[in-house]
Amino acid sequence: MTYASDVAALARKDLLLELRAKETLPSMLLFVIAALTIFHFALPSGTSDVAARGLLWAALIFTALLGLTRAFVAEREQSMFDALILTPVDRSAIWLGKAIAVFAFLVAAEVVALPAFAAFFHGLNGRTVAAVALADIGICTVGTLFGAMAVAGRARELLLPLLFLPMAIPIVVGGVGGYLWFLVLYDAIFALLSWAAFEYVVSEV
Amino acid sequence: MSIHLKLPALAAACTGLFGLALALALFYAPEDADQGLSQRIFYIHVPLALTAYASFGWGAWKALRYLRTRDERADLESYVAIHQGVIFGALTLLTGSIWARISWGVWWSWGEDELVLFLVLFLFYCAYFMLRYSVDPGPARANMSAVYALFGVVLIPVSFLAIRLSKQFIHPVVFKLAGPQMAGSQFLTFCVCLAAMLMLFATLYAIELAGKRLDRSLRELKELLT
Repeated sequence: MTYASDVAALARKDLLLELRAKETLPSMLLFVIAALTIFHFALPSGTSDVAARGLLWAALIFTALLGLTRAFVAEREQSMFDALILTPVDRSAIWLGKAIAVFAFLVAAEVVALPAFAAFFHGLNGRTVAAVALADIGICTVGTLFGAMAVAGRARELLLPLLFLPMAIPIVVGGVGGYLWFLVLYDAIFALLSWAAFEYVVSEV
Repeated sequence: MSIHLKLPALAAACTGLFGLALALALFYAPEDADQGLSQRIFYIHVPLALTAYASFGWGAWKALRYLRTRDERADLESYVAIHQGVIFGALTLLTGSIWARISWGVWWSWGEDELVLFLVLFLFYCAYFMLRYSVDPGPARANMSAVYALFGVVLIPVSFLAIRLSKQFIHPVVFKLAGPQMAGSQFLTFCVCLAAMLMLFATLYAIELAGKRLDRSLRELKELLT
C-alpha cells in the first residue's frame, strides 16, 4: 500500500463512520447556526460589516473545536489507537487521514454556515470565502494533532480548547484582516510541523 | 556532589550582578527627557521579556533534545525552563502594564505588540501545564510536552507577525536594524540588566532543577524501600 492509499483508507473510514452514526456533522451544523443567531442578538443594530465578519470567525473557530473534540473519541473509547499504531502504516498517515476527515466535516458545516451568514448579516465577499478555505487547512492540521494530545489526558474535552485557542489567534488575525498570504504561510509551517510531530504524540500512548 | 558548590556560587554571582544592574539603572543611566523616572522600568521590563523568550527557546531546545535522545533529564529540563519562562512572562505582562499605565494612562493597550504577544504566549504556555498535569507521567507525557514546547517556539514569530499585521503601531521602537536608539550609558545599563536577568533565570533554573531531581531520587528511594 502506498502512503496515499493508506491516507485515503483512513479518511474513508472516518467519513463512513460519520455517515452511519451521524454524530459530529449535525451537531456542528446546529451549533454554527445557533451561534450566528446569538451573534445577531449580541450585536447592536446598525453595526458595521467588519464587526459581523469578526464574529463569523469566532463562530467558525468554535464550530471547528466542536468537530475536533469529537475527532479522536472513537479511537480512544474503542482503544483503536493501539490497533492503528500496530498497522504497518506510517504514523503521519493516521494524522493526515484524520485531518482530511475533519476538514471534510468543517467544509460541510461551512457550506451551510457561510450562506446563512450572508443571509443573516450583510453578504459575503470572495476574499472572506478564500480566507475561510485557507484557515480550514490550518485549523484541521494543528487541531488534529492537538486533538490527539488532548484525548490522551484526563481532562480531554476541557483540554483541547486551552491548547488550540492560542494557536488559533494568528488564524483569526489573518482571516479577519483578509491576509491570504499570511494564512498560506501559517498553513505551510504548522502543517509541516504537525505532520512531523504526530508520530511522537501517538507512539507511546 | 558539585551541585552543593555550584548553586550558592551561582546565587551569589546573581545577587551581585543584580545589585550592580539596579544601581546602574537607578543612578547611572540618564533620566529620559520625555518620560522621566518611569522610563527606568525599561531596564527591568525589556530584559524580563528577552529572558522569557530565552527560557522558552531553551525549553524548546531541550524538548528537541528529548525527542532525539529520549533522555528523561532533557524532559525535566524542558519543563523547568518553560516554567521559568511563564514566570518571567507573567512579570513582563505586569511591568508592561505598569509602564503603559504611566506612559499612556491605560493599564492595557492592544496597540502594544509586545504586551499582546506575551498575552498569547502566556495563554499558550499555561495550557502546557494543563497538558502536562492531565497526562500520567511517562514517555507519552514527555513526548507530548516536547511537541507542544516546539510548537510554542514556532508560534512566537508567527504570532508576532500576526499582531504586527493587526494592530496600529504605537510601541516605542528602541531597537532598529541601524542599532539601538539610545545613549551609550543607557545601552550599557541595559546590557548589564539583561545579563543580570539571564543570570537570575540560570539560577532559578538550576535551583528548581536541583529540587525536582532531589524529589525524583527521593521517590525512587521510597519505592525501593517499600
